[in-house]
Amino acid sequence: MSTFVLTAALLMIAYFAFRHGRSRALAQAGGKSHALHSLPYYYGYYVALWCGVPALLLVVAWTALQGDIVRALVVSDLPENLRTLPAQELTLLLNNIVNIAEGAALMPADNTDIQAAVAHYQNLQDIAFGALIVLAVTVAVAGILFARGRISPALRARNSVEQAAKWILIASSTVAIFTTVGIVFSLLFEAMRFFRAVPVTDFLFGLEWSPQTAIREDQVGASGAFGAVPLFAGTMLISFIAMVVAAPLGLMAAIYLAEYAKPKLRSIAKPALEILAGIPTVVYGFFAALTVAPMLRNSGDLFGLSISSESALAAGVVMGIMIIPFVSSISDDVITAVPQSLREGSYGMGATQSETIKNVIFPAALPGIVGGLLLAVSRAIGETMIVVMAAGLSANLTANPFQAVTTVTVQIVTLLVGDQEFDSPKTLAAFALGLVLFVITLILNVVALTVVNRYREKYD
Amino acid sequence: MTDIAETRTTPLAAGRAADRIRKRYAAERRFRLYGLVAVCVSIAFLALMLLSIVSKGYTAFQQTMVYVDVHLDESVIDPKGSRNADDLARANYGALIRKTVAGLFPEVSGRRDKRKVRKLLSPGATYDVRAMVMDDPSLIGKRISLWVPASDDFDQLLKGNIRRDVPESDRRVSDKELAWIDSLMEKGLVEKQFNTRFFTAGASQEPELAGILGAAVGSFLTLLVTFLVSFPLGIMTATYLEEFAPKNRWTDLIEVNINNLAAVPSIVFGLLGLAVFLNFFGLPRSAPLVGGLVLALMTLPTIIITSRAALKAVPPSIREAAFGMGASRLQVVVHHVVPLAMPGILTGSIIGMAQALGETAPLLMIGMVAFVADIPTGFFDPATALPVQVYLWADSAERAFVERTSAAIMVLLAFLFIMNLFAVYLRKRFERRW
Repeated sequence: MSTFVLTAALLMIAYFAFRHGRSRALAQAGGKSHALHSLPYYYGYYVALWCGVPALLLVVAWTALQGDIVRALVVSDLPENLRTLPAQELTLLLNNIVNIAEGAALMPADNTDIQAAVAHYQNLQDIAFGALIVLAVTVAVAGILFARGRISPALRARNSVEQAAKWILIASSTVAIFTTVGIVFSLLFEAMRFFRAVPVTDFLFGLEWSPQTAIREDQVGASGAFGAVPLFAGTMLISFIAMVVAAPLGLMAAIYLAEYAKPKLRSIAKPALEILAGIPTVVYGFFAALTVAPMLRNSGDLFGLSISSESALAAGVVMGIMIIPFVSSISDDVITAVPQSLREGSYGMGATQSETIKNVIFPAALPGIVGGLLLAVSRAIGETMIVVMAAGLSANLTANPFQAVTTVTVQIVTLLVGDQEFDSPKTLAAFALGLVLFVITLILNVVALTVVNRYREKYD
Repeated sequence: MTDIAETRTTPLAAGRAADRIRKRYAAERRFRLYGLVAVCVSIAFLALMLLSIVSKGYTAFQQTMVYVDVHLDESVIDPKGSRNADDLARANYGALIRKTVAGLFPEVSGRRDKRKVRKLLSPGATYDVRAMVMDDPSLIGKRISLWVPASDDFDQLLKGNIRRDVPESDRRVSDKELAWIDSLMEKGLVEKQFNTRFFTAGASQEPELAGILGAAVGSFLTLLVTFLVSFPLGIMTATYLEEFAPKNRWTDLIEVNINNLAAVPSIVFGLLGLAVFLNFFGLPRSAPLVGGLVLALMTLPTIIITSRAALKAVPPSIREAAFGMGASRLQVVVHHVVPLAMPGILTGSIIGMAQALGETAPLLMIGMVAFVADIPTGFFDPATALPVQVYLWADSAERAFVERTSAAIMVLLAFLFIMNLFAVYLRKRFERRW
């Protein structure tokens, strides 16, 4: 919280620096702005940037590093018997000290070592923050002094400010890169730790999934079994059902809306499909679990079929409904992008509208439609809430849509929600699953986007 | 050519041609029908889903209340007569309610039955009486009348979700309890009232006391962080890529990256948040700050893509005119292009925010699923969000949570509807055709 206050204070100082720089530049030009190289406010920005940017960068760097340095200092001042603890216990002890200092845990009444360490920690934190305030304000003021000394009518303030602005823009555009890098590295890093405990081949090709930690040491698969094939199979089964529902419905709806529908129907039906796309997936999950699944089970009873109440069918059908708008909107786009001349050529040969669609438009739009379907598959594989709420947890290796199956995303959620003991293969397995999920969806997306883009270029 | 000559001459061939035409037209009509059916089925699914949610949930906006007289006995609340706030907060209000219930049903005897009859009222009755006394200590010693919430089973019975006609063994409410409830109703002490608690309370284990305010505030704080991070970053990135960036491998890489990020499953962003924000930077679990950051990274691609489209829609003549007047590139962009593209950028951002509001999976990963009864007050407080609350309630066993889940979904959808409506309004109001 106090860092926020400091940042706000720095921004205030930067504002005053702006006012100061502007008025100083004007004063040097004798009040005549046309005597300056740049407009007066550029001199204001010039001073403000010199004042604000270094100071804010300092604050960011300091807050990022402060925790580690303070921890290292606390460790170095711990009594001998605590300092030489094994690394894991030391981390636990340190976390405990930090929690006590932040009021999240209670101070032990009897352990004077810990009491001293907590006091030391708080003391160091206070010193560090005090030093940060002093340093940041000094840097800000030094920036002002430096910049104001350089102000003169000949200073090319606009050029400098614009250069700085450009760098800020470039920096912000790298956030997207850093996000991807962050995703890849965090998944890879944790997954590598998992693969140290469980071999990659066991994970990718094992047929048994039961991530519970064993009760007895000599039990089969004492660390749990981490064969992910049942999860991949379950994911594919549910995605397949979803596509069986979504592909024909979405495609036919798109064709109808693009080629046949009168403007009035189109103006109603298109937004309605968009509403379908805008509904949160948790709502679909609720609908699947409480309406569709019981409905399927009851109708299964009528026909003497035993349908599990967490059947793959219920989750798949509802996921299919969710995906209809994706399929239809992408197909709609590619169908309307097919040049009118192709249609007219076909009509001129005497083809009916449906023959034109089937024999001319559909083949022409096929790459785009395939790309759209691939995007939809990737969406289905990555979808979480519907399957978490409506599909089961038991990892059955089956192709029977009436049975309960589990998916990659369901297992990620169940492994990570609730009490977690970090560093156990059980929680790390979630990252390995996440890595597989990321890689598969990435491949699908890249292929789909390439197909769609290549197709678009053809007619533009 | 010969075919055509034949059909003109022989009546048999003409008949076949007519046949063929009839078949082709039938195929045409069938194809058209398939399309119409597909549209109708999709919309029917939407209608079915909304209908099932509304029909399950509308009852949650009412709550069965019981009118009780409570004697605020000074010897129970404040035997010392100190009127000290701490003592008042800790006093045994349950005993007052117990007495009140005993007064309503003097004929009930036996420990178990007494406990059962007490269970007709929600524990919220005790909290309400305490709140009244804390507000106005001068009430002590007096007799007050107030509406207190009934228990969830009582409530569900009156709403018809627990049926009277099933055998007692299959029913959550026993025959005895039914008789008590009927006698209360005969006395006119039972009424269904608008459920204000649903909109003013945080989460609770008791369905009749659970509200969505905590989750709504959590969602608001999370979205605020998301907006503050992703909106400026999104505009700046879009401006750079559209207006400044040279066409080279580096900017191509950024573009491909953004397009791919837009299609990465949301749960992967949750894993990123868990590994980077929680484990690496050590930010607190369950905090709206972390949730907001994760959702910001997730919505950033959406905002960038729509912002770029909006910037692209500004005609080059505007830029050329500004350049002609001697403006620098930055001046052209900041003074002319971005303001003209702003309606489009805002529309895209609101749609991105609406997506973020409905997102659940990444928030599960960073621990925003904890049971949080208090209403969060800051970015570091443990919090949940509306969709997460829906998920949590949907997992609860009590029948009464089903209607509350549906009601929470209705509130969530209402927020989404308002946001989208605002986006449409912005587009309609400020959209410019060049």
